[in-house]
Amino acid sequence: MSKILFKKQLSKDVYMMRLHAPLIAEERSAGQFIILQLDDDYGERIPLTIADADAKEGSITIIFQVVGKSTLQLSEKNVGDIIPTLVGPLGKPTHIENFGTVVCVGGGIGVAPLHPIAQALKKAGNHVITIIGARTKDLIILEDEMKNIADEFILCTDDGSYGRKDLVTVPLKEICERSPKPNMVIAIGPPIMMKFCSETTRPYEVFTQVSLNTIMVDGTGMCGGCRVNVGKEIKFVCVDGPEFDGHKVDFDNMMARLNSYKDLEREAHSCFLEQEIKDKEALR
Amino acid sequence: MSHHTHEQLAEEAKKLIVEYLDKIDDMKAKERTKIPPQEMPAQDPEIRSHNLDEVALGYTMEQARIEAMRCLQCVKKSCVDDCPVKIDIPRFINHIAHEEYDQAVGVIKEASLLPAICGRVCPQETQCQANCTVGKALKDVDKSVAIGRLERFVADWERATGKIAIPEIKPETGKKVAVVGSGPAGLVVAADCRREGHHVTIFEAFHKLGGVLRYGIPEFRLPNDIIDKEIDVLKAMNVEIKTNFVVGRTRKLTDLMDKDGYNAIFVGTGAGLPMFMGIEGENLVGVFSANEYLTRANLMRAFDKGHADTPIYQSKNVAVLGGGNVAMDSARMAKRLGAENVYVVYRRTEVEMPARKEEVAHAKEEGIEFYFLQNAKRILGNEKGRVNGMECLRYELGEPDSSGRRRPVVIPNSEFILNVDTVIVAIGNGSNPLISQTTPQLNVNKWGNIIVDETQKTSVNRIFAGGDIVLGAATVILAMGEGRRAAAAINKMLAEEIEKEKAAMN
Ligand SMILES: Cc1cc2nc3c(=O)[nH]c(=O)nc-3n(C[C@H](O)[C@H](O)[C@H](O)COP(=O)(O)OP(=O)(O)OC[C@H]3O[C@@H](n4cnc5c(N)ncnc54)[C@H](O)[C@@H]3O)c2cc1C
Ligand SMILES: Cc1cc2nc3c(=O)[nH]c(=O)nc-3n(C[C@H](O)[C@H](O)[C@H](O)COP(=O)(O)OP(=O)(O)OC[C@H]3O[C@@H](n4cnc5c(N)ncnc54)[C@H](O)[C@@H]3O)c2cc1C
Ligand code: SF4
Ligand code: FES
Repeated sequence: MSKILFKKQLSKDVYMMRLHAPLIAEERSAGQFIILQLDDDYGERIPLTIADADAKEGSITIIFQVVGKSTLQLSEKNVGDIIPTLVGPLGKPTHIENFGTVVCVGGGIGVAPLHPIAQALKKAGNHVITIIGARTKDLIILEDEMKNIADEFILCTDDGSYGRKDLVTVPLKEICERSPKPNMVIAIGPPIMMKFCSETTRPYEVFTQVSLNTIMVDGTGMCGGCRVNVGKEIKFVCVDGPEFDGHKVDFDNMMARLNSYKDLEREAHSCFLEQEIKDKEALR
Repeated sequence: MSHHTHEQLAEEAKKLIVEYLDKIDDMKAKERTKIPPQEMPAQDPEIRSHNLDEVALGYTMEQARIEAMRCLQCVKKSCVDDCPVKIDIPRFINHIAHEEYDQAVGVIKEASLLPAICGRVCPQETQCQANCTVGKALKDVDKSVAIGRLERFVADWERATGKIAIPEIKPETGKKVAVVGSGPAGLVVAADCRREGHHVTIFEAFHKLGGVLRYGIPEFRLPNDIIDKEIDVLKAMNVEIKTNFVVGRTRKLTDLMDKDGYNAIFVGTGAGLPMFMGIEGENLVGVFSANEYLTRANLMRAFDKGHADTPIYQSKNVAVLGGGNVAMDSARMAKRLGAENVYVVYRRTEVEMPARKEEVAHAKEEGIEFYFLQNAKRILGNEKGRVNGMECLRYELGEPDSSGRRRPVVIPNSEFILNVDTVIVAIGNGSNPLISQTTPQLNVNKWGNIIVDETQKTSVNRIFAGGDIVLGAATVILAMGEGRRAAAAINKMLAEEIEKEKAAMN
């Protein structure tokens, strides 16, 4: 059980919330996530990265994008509301040390999980280059927060409405061509973006770490729903990850698996939306 | 076998019992073995394969008494020898014959805490009923006294009459016991340690208690009500419950002692990490571990399609790999979720199947098809990465190996393709990695199972473990037995400490 302490809309479909969770706030490290559920009987378990935490206040911050029924319902909750199920911190923490120069690439909502990692890397003494990208200006989140951390900061939009008109892979390639090349890249965002970031760095042999957002159920290594092919092995994202070597991840299989329930969920989402519209009309 | 309705069986038993009532205690063994074994009433297979209600309906009072009269009250008690927790079987059965259900429950509870559950899920035909004298005399283990059904009968009677007693609790000792995991092992440790007056907290990763009883074994075999009742008893005993708490992550195991002041810990985190076959195509969309499939259906209630937010795959033709209870549950659940054809593919023959006999029989009645001596070679997918077939191989039984079992060997060039869109892998689990990953000082074997001594104590002081995390995938009754042993050791350790503390004060 967890109470919503604070809520803010960051862009059209993106929300930030601070939740009361003292134990999680105390134990969590960068790279870890929580699972929450909006109804103990019928709700779905949705994984979200811990974007920040305040051990003193006993709170964690989540940043999420509305993509389906559960994230929509979550976005409709308000300060003071209770989230019945919240469990974490899950996943292995990011390994942080002074690697030298690290490029942090964030796409869309992926900037949220990237932020605590970039913060920790900076604190460990790394030279942090940040690239953040989104389809369009309105979808950029945490611009100031990322800028404050970064030694170098690059912002791109696909449509050129803000910053450079480029995909994030273009500046990433430029940086890989520098001499000396960066020591490491961390890319977090939609699977397709992580796939192409990994393809971009592969010829330069720059270690590229990605953070996978597979479908999950339990989050404790019991169901195998989160499994991915990494190299020749099957890995469970919730206990072996969520971070893996992007050069070894089979992204095509992962993307297919993410779409396992696409038709069903679109149905659930639209039924739910229709019902909501009806309910709202009834209220008028 | 044609299906007998509940009403028919009840009616027959009512008539039949009259014959025996005035000679309950004076029948000769020969006469007793002639009493007809009582069939378990069950829902009609046609109907039940479309609902989630319990399949087996339970004996009527008359049926239970007739079945109880079949028991010979042997002096040797071979049934008790084969019971993992040594329930005094003939004694409780004799009480049933005499309509003394209260006392019957009392006898069972001396040894076992969860009779309503064990009566339903124990593999009786390989335990107590395996060497029952009646079964031996009739040369058919299926005709042994139906000990499990009788156990279930009295447990259900106790629940229905509202007579479940809250155990007496000794005065508070001030000692704290942490129980990690709420499967059968954890539940009995909680009860046994609380009875001694210790403060007990159950930590459970999920939002609901019960472990596999809740998320694995389906409603149609073990209704949630029954688990809820057991948990209500623990709550009434003031056992503290913390759900959504992943020990190892939310708190390190040893921090429960170092930071939170627990004096002893029991680890009952069960099995984890589902195993896969390691064949081509196993990550295609439409391939599930049985754990995932059943968790979605049971715990997340995906069977209730109108209400649940958690989706479940829409399947027409399903292959289930494996031959245990988990495979049976997956197959029967798939049928209930609307699959038209469900195939159980098993490498050996029916005799070797580890599943309970009753479940196999029920599965067959429900139209599940069995493909014995066959196994998957690879799973095939379409251009979208979704399953559209499974290539199988046929096997034959070879020469007996050193254990006398005839091993299945592949028949060369026997490949054929099974037309399926879903594959459920039910070939077992590895161990749950979370605790061992985050508690390096805890000794585990090469499969990740926690190593314990004969009192269930681990390599770390004050930490005990039991159930599937120690045994690998086992059974409810074995998990419960280990829990009882661990609780006894914890209680003994804490009692000695209290004695010492008292001595030091004086
Ligand atoms: C470790 C981890 C960390 C995550 N962190 C964040 C985060 O910080 N912020 C955030 O907004 N999201 C995050 N996600 C993704 C988030 O969990 C999903 O967006 C959410 O579960 C969707 O639920 P829904 O009911 O709203 O949508 P659904 O109705 O379940 O799905 C809507 C659409 O989204 C797709 N989808 C379903 N699950 C996922 C998923 N896990 N990832 C991507 N697409 C999915 C479906 O295919 C479907 O097309 C994370 C996922 C993981 C595994
Ligand atoms: C589908 C299925 C059918 C079965 N059918 C039968 C049957 O008919 N008869 C039979 O005798 N046996 C059957 N079994 C086996 C039986 O259920 C198990 O042997 C038994 O449940 C093991 O009990 P346990 O207490 O060790 O653990 P579990 O029942 O596995 O419970 C462990 C609990 O610990 C929790 N947990 C795990 N890690 C953590 C953590 N880090 N922190 C907090 N909590 C944690 C889990 O969420 C879970 O609730 C079946 C198993 C399955 C999967
Ligand atoms: S072995 Fe069978 S007949 Fe003998 S006491 Fe046990 S249950 Fe009764
Ligand atoms: S989410 Fe179930 S094993 Fe990872």
